Amino acid sequence: MLLANTERNPGGPLRPDWFEAVAVNTPAAERRAATLTTRRSVKKVWQAAWLVNAIRCIDLTTLAGDDTPHRVERLCAKARQPLAPRIMEGLGLERLTTGAVCVYPTMVGTAVRALAGTGIPVASVATGFPAGLMPLKLRLEEIRYAVAEGADEIDIVITRAHVLDGNWAALHDEVAQMREACGPAHLKAILATGDLKTLRNVYKASMVAMQAGADFIKTSTGKEGVNATLPVSLVMVRAIRDYGERTGWRVGFKPAGGMKTAKDALAWQILMKEELGEAWLSPALFRLGASSMLADIERQLEHFVTGRYAASSRHALA
Amino acid sequence: MPTVTEILQTMDYGPAPEASDIVTAWLRSHEAFGHYIDGRLTPPGATFEVRNPATGAVVARATQGTAEDVAAAVAAARAALPGWSRLDGHERARWLYAIARGIQKRERFLAVLEVIDNGKPIREARDIDVPLAARHFYHHAGWAELVATEFPGARPVGVCGQIIPWNFPLLMLAWKVAPALAAGNTVVLKPAEYTPLTALAFAEICAEIGLPRGVVNIVTGDGSTGAALVAAPVDKIAFTGSTEVGRAIRRATAGTGKKLTLELGGKSPFIVFQDADLDAAVEGVVDAIWFNQGQVCCAGSRILVQEAVEAAFVAKLKARMAKLRVGDPLDKSTDVGAIVDAVQLARVTELVAKGQAEGAVLHQAPCALPEAGWWFAPGFLTDVAPANTVAEVEIFGPVATLTTFRTPDEAVELANNTRYGLAATVWSENINLALDVAARVKAGVVWVNATNLFDAGAGFGGYRESGFGREGGREGMHEYLVLPGPRERAEAPPLPPGTAPHPQPPARVTGIDRTAKLYIGGAQKRPDSGHSFVVARRGRVLGLAGLGNRKDIRNAVEAAHAARGWGRAAGHNRAQVLYYLAENLAAREAEFAARLSAAGVARAKAEVAAAIRRAFWYAAQADKYDGAVHSTKSAHVTLAMPEPWGVMGIACPTDAPLLGFLSLVLPAIAMGNAVVAVPSQNMPLAATDLYQVLETSDLPGGVVNIVTGARDELARTLAEHDDVAAMWYCGPPAGGRAVEEASAGNLKATWLVPNRDWLAPDGQGREFLRRATQVKNIWIPYGE
Repeated sequence: MLLANTERNPGGPLRPDWFEAVAVNTPAAERRAATLTTRRSVKKVWQAAWLVNAIRCIDLTTLAGDDTPHRVERLCAKARQPLAPRIMEGLGLERLTTGAVCVYPTMVGTAVRALAGTGIPVASVATGFPAGLMPLKLRLEEIRYAVAEGADEIDIVITRAHVLDGNWAALHDEVAQMREACGPAHLKAILATGDLKTLRNVYKASMVAMQAGADFIKTSTGKEGVNATLPVSLVMVRAIRDYGERTGWRVGFKPAGGMKTAKDALAWQILMKEELGEAWLSPALFRLGASSMLADIERQLEHFVTGRYAASSRHALA
Repeated sequence: MPTVTEILQTMDYGPAPEASDIVTAWLRSHEAFGHYIDGRLTPPGATFEVRNPATGAVVARATQGTAEDVAAAVAAARAALPGWSRLDGHERARWLYAIARGIQKRERFLAVLEVIDNGKPIREARDIDVPLAARHFYHHAGWAELVATEFPGARPVGVCGQIIPWNFPLLMLAWKVAPALAAGNTVVLKPAEYTPLTALAFAEICAEIGLPRGVVNIVTGDGSTGAALVAAPVDKIAFTGSTEVGRAIRRATAGTGKKLTLELGGKSPFIVFQDADLDAAVEGVVDAIWFNQGQVCCAGSRILVQEAVEAAFVAKLKARMAKLRVGDPLDKSTDVGAIVDAVQLARVTELVAKGQAEGAVLHQAPCALPEAGWWFAPGFLTDVAPANTVAEVEIFGPVATLTTFRTPDEAVELANNTRYGLAATVWSENINLALDVAARVKAGVVWVNATNLFDAGAGFGGYRESGFGREGGREGMHEYLVLPGPRERAEAPPLPPGTAPHPQPPARVTGIDRTAKLYIGGAQKRPDSGHSFVVARRGRVLGLAGLGNRKDIRNAVEAAHAARGWGRAAGHNRAQVLYYLAENLAAREAEFAARLSAAGVARAKAEVAAAIRRAFWYAAQADKYDGAVHSTKSAHVTLAMPEPWGVMGIACPTDAPLLGFLSLVLPAIAMGNAVVAVPSQNMPLAATDLYQVLETSDLPGGVVNIVTGARDELARTLAEHDDVAAMWYCGPPAGGRAVEEASAGNLKATWLVPNRDWLAPDGQGREFLRRATQVKNIWIPYGE
C-alpha cells in the first residue's frame, strides 16, 4: 500500500540489505528502455494533453554562469505563461504554469519576487552544485541560505566519491543532514548518474538517497558528460517502486539534462505511467528538468491547434 | 473526442490506430486470390475464406491448391532451375538484394496486411516481422555472392517444397525462400491456410521486381495442398509447424531421397535464478510468452523459478501483466492481439482448462476482451507439477506455466524433462552459472539474460523432437546445398545369419576356441538370444558371432547413456584416446590384416593401414572441429557450438568390415557421442576383434557398444528407439527407407551414408563431423 504524497518520505536508517545484492542487467534495461516508446503511442488530442501535462511538470531551469536577475525574470515570465494565449485558447485551457523554476541560490530572491502570487514554487540548486566538492558545513549552509531566500525546493548534489567508494554510510549521513537543513523545503537528490557509470551504482545511490529522506531523486545536474537517459531513468523508477513497496512512501522522480524535444516529454511520461503508475504523472511526483524542451512542446501544440507547422520566432523566449 | 482538460484527469493513452485503408483497398481489388506459378498470378480456383482474427470478418478469398496446381508449380520450378542455378552468384545476389529492397519499400503495407491476416499487434509486425524478413534477404544476398567461394564444389539441392506456419507468415517465408534462392534452388512455397496474404503480396513484389519466372512459386491451400507438395517430385522439403505434421512428413518422405529439414514445436524452459535481475526477467516473460499471443514455437513457455525468489517474481509478474494492453492489433499501443483462428482459441482454452483441472492455478491480465474475433487474456499458471498436462504439452497461446526449483542441477533436470529442445532462456547475473546451464540444457538456441533474439546471421533450429536442420547463417546454408560426395557403390549383399551348427571337415586344431560376444558397456556380453551365427567364406567357417536382438540393443543404448561423460571430456582427451587406439591397432596390424585376408578382403593390408590413418585423422579433428562466433547484433556474443548428439546408432556396410566400421564410429566418438554400432553383417569378426584394442586404448566403457547380427533388423530397433538421438545407416535403399520411417517416432536425425570405396580419401572428412554434431547457438548480450 502506497501512502498519498500528502506526507513526505521521512527516510530512515541506512539499510544496505535493500540494495547490496541488487542485480541490474544493463542490456536488459537498455532493451526495455528502447521498446517503452515503441510499445505506446499517444496521438491527436491525447498527445496534446500529454504535452500540456509535461509543461505542468517542467522545472524551467537556468543554471549558467552568465545568469543575471533579468535573465531569471524572463524565465519566470515564461513559467507563468508557458504557452501563447492563442494556443491556450485553442486547447481550451485557462491556466497553465510550469512545475517550478529552478535557479542558483543567488537568484532565488529574484525568482521568488518574480513569481509572487502565482503559486509556482522556486527550486534552487545547492551544496556546491554541480560538483558538490565543498566542505559539508558550507554545503549545508548554502541550503539554509537558499531556503532563507524563499526556495521551496532544494536540488542537492551528492558526493559521487561516496558511491564510487561504496561508502554508503557517508552518503546516507550527508543526504540526511541536507534533508534536515532543508526544513520545510523539499529535497531533490541529484545523483549525477553520468559520473556513477554503472546502473548498479545508480540503483544503490537511489536507494540510499531515499533511505536518507529524499523527496525526489534526480538524474543529473545537466553538467555531466551524459545526463538523463531512459535506461538510467528506468533503474531509478524501479528503485522508487521497490522503496515504495518496502516502506509505503512515494518518492518523486526528476530526469534532468539532455531532454530537448516534445518526443522526449512523451517518452519519459510513458516510462512513469508504465513502470510506476498515473500518480507519477503529476508535478507532486514528477518533474522534467529542462529548458529548451518547452519551446519544442509549444511548437507541437501550436501545430495541434492550427494544423500548420509552427515557427519558434512566433513564441516568447524563456 | 474528449477535451484536453478531460484527458488531463485520466492521462489515458487514447486510441492510436495504424491506417489500414491502403491495404483494405488492395484486398478489395482482389476479389479472390489465385496462386503465383511460373511468374504469373493464376486465376482463382475453388476458394476458402481468409478472416481477420481480431474481428472474425472475411477479408479475402484464396484458392485451395489442388494436386494439379502443385504439379504445375513444381514443373515451373523445375524448368526454372537450370537457369537460376547456373546464374553467377553475383547475379543471384542482385535479385535477393532487390527482394530485400522490395520488402523495405512496402514495409508498412506488409506490416498492416500481416496484422489483418494474423491478428498480431502492429508494433510487432512493424518492428520485428518485417525488418527481420528484409534482413534475411539482405543477409542471404551476401550468401548468394559468396556461395561459390565459401562452399567450394557445392551445388543446389534442386526444387524445394516449403511449408510454413501461420504465426510469422512473412518472416517464415523469408527464412525459407532466402537461403534456398541464395544457394541456387527454386522453390514452391505453401503458406498456412489461416494466413496466405503476405505470401501473395510477396508474390506481387517478386513480379514487381521482375524475378525470373518459376524461381519462386506460391500455392495456397490447407494441409492437403501441403501433403500434395510433400508427395510431389521435389528434391527437398523444408517444413516449419507442428511436431505431429512433421512426423507425418518424415514418414511420407522416408526412402524418397528428399532432403528434409523440420522446425517443429517446443516447450522451452525459461529459467530464473535467484541472483537474476528480476525486473529484467519479468520483462523477458513479456517477450517470451506474451509476444505474438504466445504463438511462438520457441516461446519460453515453461517458467522455472528458483524457490527463494518465487514470491517476489510472481508479484512482479502479476504487476507487469496488469499493464498489458489487449485489443485492436492495429492500435500502436496494443501489446497482445487476437488468436489466429477459432480452432486455435478452442485448443488453448481447452488445454488451460485441463491444466486447471489437474491442479494448476491460472492468473490472467485483468483486461476486457473485444466481443468479435478470437481472444484469450494473457496469463500464467502456477502450481504446475511436472506431471500436469500443461507442463508437457505446447499450449501455443499466451499462457506460460510456472514451476519452482531448488538448485541449478534441478533446474537443468526440469529444463530437460521434455521431448522438445528448441530453445531455452537463462536469467542469472553469475556468468559461471549461466554458461554452465546454457551448456547443459538440450536446446538448439539458448538466450542468456534475454529471450527471443533472432538474426539472419545465427542458426535457429531444435534438438530432439523440435526437429533438425538449422535456418540462418552458415549452418542454414548447408541445408540448401549438396556438397561434393563420394562415388556411390552397392555393398555386397548381406548373408543371412545362420544359427544352426555348421559342420566342417576335420582339420588341425590351431589354437584355443575364441568366442566373439557382444560388446556392451565396456564388457563382452553373451547375446540375449542365446544364439551365435556362422561367419563363413565360401562355406569355410571363420568363426561364430553373437546374434544380437532388440534386448541387446536396449542394453547397449542404456550403456551408451551411462557413458555421457565422454561428451564432456576435452577434445584433447578424446584425441589422446583415438591416438592410443591407432597405436594399439598398429601393434596388431599383421593380425588384423590376416583376419581380413582370410575373410576374402582384397586389400586387407591397405585397409588396416587406412584404419590407422583414419584414427589419427579423427584424433586430430577431435580438438579442432569447433564452432563460430556469429556476427549478429552489436554488443552480443552469439556462439555457434557444435555439440554431440549424445547416443547415436550406426549401421555399418557389409563391405570393408574393419575400415567401414571405423570410418563411421571414429568421427562419431571424436565429436563426443556414444555409439551403438552394428558391424558388417558378413564379417563382424573384424569388429569383435577390436574389443581388446578398445579396452587397451583407455576408451571408457559404453562409448562404443557393438551388437552383431542381422543389420537391418537391429538398425530398425535403433531407429525406433526414443532414446537414440541420431542414426547413420549404410546399406541398401529398402533398409534406409525403414530407418527413416522408424525415425519419425522421436524425429531423430538420420543420415543414409552412401556406401563407397572406403579406402578412398572421401571415406573421411568434415561432412562426417558435421553429421556427428548439432549446432547450439548461445546468445549472450553484454554491457555494464
